Amino acid sequence: MKHLPLVAAILLWPGCPLQATQSAPPVDSIEERARPCMACHGKEGRATSDGYFPRIAGKPAGYLFNQLVNFREGKRHFPMMAYLVDRQDDAYLRELANYFASQKLPYAAPVPPRVTQDVLERGKQLVFEGDASRNIPACRDCHGTRLLGVAPAVPGLLGLSQDYLLAQLGAWQHRSRRAHEPDCMAQIVLELGPGDINAVSAWLATQTVPQDAHPDDAAAIIPPRECGSISPAAAQIP
Amino acid sequence: MKRLLQALALPALLLAALAILQDPIDRQDGDAPAPLGPELTSEIERGRELVVLADCKACHTARGGHAFAGNRAIPTAFGTFFSPNITPDPDTGIGRWTEDDFWRALHEGRAPDGKLLYPVFPYPNYTKISRRDARAMFAYLRSLPPVRLATSAHEIDFPYNQRFLIAAWRRLYFKPGVYVADSSASAAWNRGAYLVEGVAHCGACHEARDRLGGTPAQVGPAGGVVLSWYAPALNDDREAGLSNWSEDEIVALLKDGRTPSHDNLPPRASTLGPMAEVVFESLRHTAPDELQAMAIYLKSLPEARRASVAARGRNQERHVASVQPGGAGPEVFAATAQVAAPDAAAVASSTTAITSSTAAVASSSTAVASSATPLAPNAATLAPDAAAVPSNSNPHPRRFGSAATAWLASGAELYQEHCASCHGKNGEGSPAAIALAGNRAVTMRSTVNPIRAVLYGGYPPGSAANPRPYGMPPFSHTLQDHEIAQVVSFLRTAWGNDAPLVAANEVAVQRTGPLW
Repeated sequence: MKHLPLVAAILLWPGCPLQATQSAPPVDSIEERARPCMACHGKEGRATSDGYFPRIAGKPAGYLFNQLVNFREGKRHFPMMAYLVDRQDDAYLRELANYFASQKLPYAAPVPPRVTQDVLERGKQLVFEGDASRNIPACRDCHGTRLLGVAPAVPGLLGLSQDYLLAQLGAWQHRSRRAHEPDCMAQIVLELGPGDINAVSAWLATQTVPQDAHPDDAAAIIPPRECGSISPAAAQIP
Repeated sequence: MKRLLQALALPALLLAALAILQDPIDRQDGDAPAPLGPELTSEIERGRELVVLADCKACHTARGGHAFAGNRAIPTAFGTFFSPNITPDPDTGIGRWTEDDFWRALHEGRAPDGKLLYPVFPYPNYTKISRRDARAMFAYLRSLPPVRLATSAHEIDFPYNQRFLIAAWRRLYFKPGVYVADSSASAAWNRGAYLVEGVAHCGACHEARDRLGGTPAQVGPAGGVVLSWYAPALNDDREAGLSNWSEDEIVALLKDGRTPSHDNLPPRASTLGPMAEVVFESLRHTAPDELQAMAIYLKSLPEARRASVAARGRNQERHVASVQPGGAGPEVFAATAQVAAPDAAAVASSTTAITSSTAAVASSSTAVASSATPLAPNAATLAPDAAAVPSNSNPHPRRFGSAATAWLASGAELYQEHCASCHGKNGEGSPAAIALAGNRAVTMRSTVNPIRAVLYGGYPPGSAANPRPYGMPPFSHTLQDHEIAQVVSFLRTAWGNDAPLVAANEVAVQRTGPLW
């Protein structure tokens, strides 16, 4: 029993799952309808310990909707996602996207870096300055000054595992992940070498996400390239 | 080598002999039974409705590709086929086809150059379509914008890539002929039969296929595995037979992808897998009076099979699984077909019979099958003993050995942990989740669909009446094969359900194949 105070402290700690006494959502709700998504993306889309499935909570609604459509239309390839969204009309996919976009949940602490300080520095430089000599724009030019995304269609880059970031950048390079034309992200990633991708993803995955994380307004950025995903038609939100 | 040649010589000679025999032909144009409602005046519009019900788009459109431009990969037991472009592009589509060419493809399964078509194109069903309807379908397809897209070559395994063998196949399985009305049945029944058997080609999936992909006429319940899901038999009330459904319920299932949910009760049935695609692409766009005609015909199928069985004077029941009385329970329809469903002998020989005291099933003492694997209880431990699985509604619970009892207890725990919050503590379901107690889709002979439903989850199709469907979460990455086998075994034996247990290797084989 000598551990009783410790056990009590854990149980009473805000956020302890055993303490969660909030009632289950009503059956006729979007939360209930989104349950299949949470099997992989975690409760309310907050992600799980499996870094392969990304957090979707709080991502811009237009970005999430575009991804659902891209899975349905074969611009992104993951059989389970395609299977789940295949036979739904756009209005329902938008509603699901809006639900996850509206989840404002705290982020887990980042994992310690697995790479050297030099690599992290190189990643940080690409993120904030790009590489003008190779015509590579900085990540922040499109993904927001704090890298937390730009509403409605540009995703944030923080709070994602390095495994996920590597998988996505690799998919862009192999053209198995695509977006609306003109596909600015595909053009940029094709300019990156393996070292660049490792450095950028390592730096991004080790950053702490601020507690007030939210995407910037669209007015805050002037994209350096033309991007189909952030054209008004592609990011149409009801 | 010599032996191999000798071994191949006889079948080859037989096939050649069959092929030399005259290819089946039929010169009639036929009359389609008239629709129940008023007929559209525009031929193109009439053709569009037929093309939608025939669901041409589903096979002839690649993911994200132009509608009807083809190149969708269709995986089968014989290899992967790539559907052709049926837009009116002159070089890569059907732009140079005449109406005669189109008729011969649909009715006779021949390309314009006379080449025999692989029956992955369901011409054994389309042959029942009348010439007038075929003309309307052609007129509609010709009205589409042409898309230039060459089709990839099929990737078919030897010997199926030898096209001349199709001639032999046709001798065995293909009988061209437009639908002939049954004058003793109503106009609505005939219209329904024409649509179900011909245009909508339901049997292309819902009929058992043998090793050569044929659907030999048979009296026993038919159903088959297509696109990795099991398309349950439509002529058997233990599977997807609809004889005790109302016409309205059938129409709702076809049009909305699930029956309505009233008074906080779960829907009676919903669709998942390939059938969800059929609803989404085709049936939800089909006129209600056409669906009603189909419902009238579908309702009659189990009775027709029973009468046919009785006429033969002996029971040709091929089921090994236990019987669900009347099929009044809820279910999930997951459709479709290609390789043979195992026949009675094969099932019997590969399974371990254990005694069931299901007195609710009148005549037959029910043999219960389970293939033994290292992860499943073995034959010896499946023998009856005193330990009974707790059951709250079956007055005659089956008795299991200690290993089977432990297996089911693990399944029950997993059920309470992962499933009960939606499906109810006693499998009673909720408006968001189908009931599992008394659910034919859970207890039917084939375990493919319940296993795939747990592995991959899925949403029923969106539809006008159900635009925001509830879905089932996938468990493929959180539960292991033996755990899924345990939970499905539990579902098949709890709450009065009485079907054979499931082994882990049955789950393992479902981790492959297209999800659809």
